[in-house]
Amino acid sequence: MRLILHVWRQKSPNDEGRMVRYETNHADPHMSFLEMLDVLNEELISNGEEPIAFDHDCREGICGSCGFMINGKAHGGHPGTTVCQLHMRHFKDGDELYLEPWRAKAFPVLKDLVVDRSAFDRIIAAGGFISVRTGSAPDGNDILVPKEAADRAMDAAQCIGCGACVASCPNASASLFVGAKISHLGSLPQGKPEQEIRAMRMVAQMNEELFGTCTNLGECEATCPKHIPLEVIARMNRDYLAASWKHR
Amino acid sequence: MSAPAIAKPNVAAKNFSQLAGFWDTPIGKKAVMAVTGVILFGFVVGHMLGNLQIFLGAEKLDAYAALLHSMPGVLWMARLVLLGSVGLHILAAVQLTLQSWEARPRGYVKKEPVAATYAGRTMRWSGPIIAAFVVYHLLHFTFGAAHPDFQPSKVYQNVVTGFQVWPVSLFYIVAMVLLGFHLQHGLWSMFQSLGFSHPRYTPKLKQFATVFATVIVAGNCSIPIAVLAGLVK
Ligand code: HEM
Ligand code: FES
Repeated sequence: MRLILHVWRQKSPNDEGRMVRYETNHADPHMSFLEMLDVLNEELISNGEEPIAFDHDCREGICGSCGFMINGKAHGGHPGTTVCQLHMRHFKDGDELYLEPWRAKAFPVLKDLVVDRSAFDRIIAAGGFISVRTGSAPDGNDILVPKEAADRAMDAAQCIGCGACVASCPNASASLFVGAKISHLGSLPQGKPEQEIRAMRMVAQMNEELFGTCTNLGECEATCPKHIPLEVIARMNRDYLAASWKHR
Repeated sequence: MSAPAIAKPNVAAKNFSQLAGFWDTPIGKKAVMAVTGVILFGFVVGHMLGNLQIFLGAEKLDAYAALLHSMPGVLWMARLVLLGSVGLHILAAVQLTLQSWEARPRGYVKKEPVAATYAGRTMRWSGPIIAAFVVYHLLHFTFGAAHPDFQPSKVYQNVVTGFQVWPVSLFYIVAMVLLGFHLQHGLWSMFQSLGFSHPRYTPKLKQFATVFATVIVAGNCSIPIAVLAGLVK
């Protein structure tokens, strides 16, 4: 397969950055998108050029490391698929593809397609946890969890924090990510005691990190590799509004 | 030794900062937009039903207008609430929009919408155009400054002579179509903003929003169309 790639190249956080055109004849329909880039990088290295930097780790779609825009769609826009799990069979010989990093003030570009997503870590540190007593282990299944609540928590817990929601949102909002964490923890009995303070703190931190504001467009839901539904944003709004109402 | 001064909690200041904190988060602002949106919705429905009396004849419509004007207290109360709602709605919209623009200082070379509806993507166009329309509309039929032949308290006649100017009617129709789009996205969006979303009801709500917006557009547009077609004269 022959491909024409326009890739964002940026040496460092302070470099201006630019789109650079590449051609490769070595793409194969059986490769994943990242394997295709590995092969292109081999070519670049053997030509004495700097390889294209991109984040990756598990290459199984579970760690949340990978992700960039392909032709203006986060992870390439295939439902439930990260770029590491995206196969080249979705593309045709001669396709022209634009690869760009996630764009958000809160996600500064470090190099090429790699962005700094530590804003997400700080949001988690602000409230994306439950407090537990240390000491002897509690009995298994001591706390009853309704099946529906467990299912909803598990659905929200699928979020791998890749940042595609922010990248695809026309407003660069982090609402789907924050909503997923709030829904995940808040659906379980163990997360209930901190439900309100969690919503207050995580929302405040999200705002502090200069993410944009949600207008319910649904781009995040449509490109989320883990199918996190827009419903989690309503849950975040509800928890936040309830908490600020009750707050003394 | 004097006892250390104990700071007295300043209740008023605390309540104020809590309110300011609420307004400072996008979720608080969106809640304000949703609530003011509900008020404006109520107005749009009431206003349309009132105006549709034009099809019952001049006496009915003029009598309805006279009835509203016979209760200046109620009228001004409603006007103040509407003005306040529009003001807060616009203020929140502008601040949220600026925050979103600042959140992505560098855009994409290529960006494809995957799911966003036309109505949703154009809220920031439909909103300001509706605002401009409302100003013109008030100058046209309420104050008469933008009306070629304005007769105080002759509502029926003013509407007929006003809409006989076809560019004016066209502007009204375009504005109402944009209002329809704004309401279609706004009607389900405000539930989401206030924290209500449900896999069973939300799709129904979206369908309802489309039907509702269509009814509003059709109802409001029927008046200039009827005048232009010579059915109301
Ligand atoms: C006057 C100028 C106006 C501007 C600049 C404006 C702007 C906006 C914007 C930017 C949004 C947010 C879009 C989103 O969240 O997806 C919005 C939402 C909304 N607008 Fe307006 N709008 C205006 C007038 C109106 C009017 C006249 C009505 C009703 C008759 C209305 C009803 C709504 C509703 C119900 C929402 C949904 C609120 C929410 O998402 O929580 N707006 N408007
Ligand atoms: S590399 Fe782990 S999700 Fe793609």
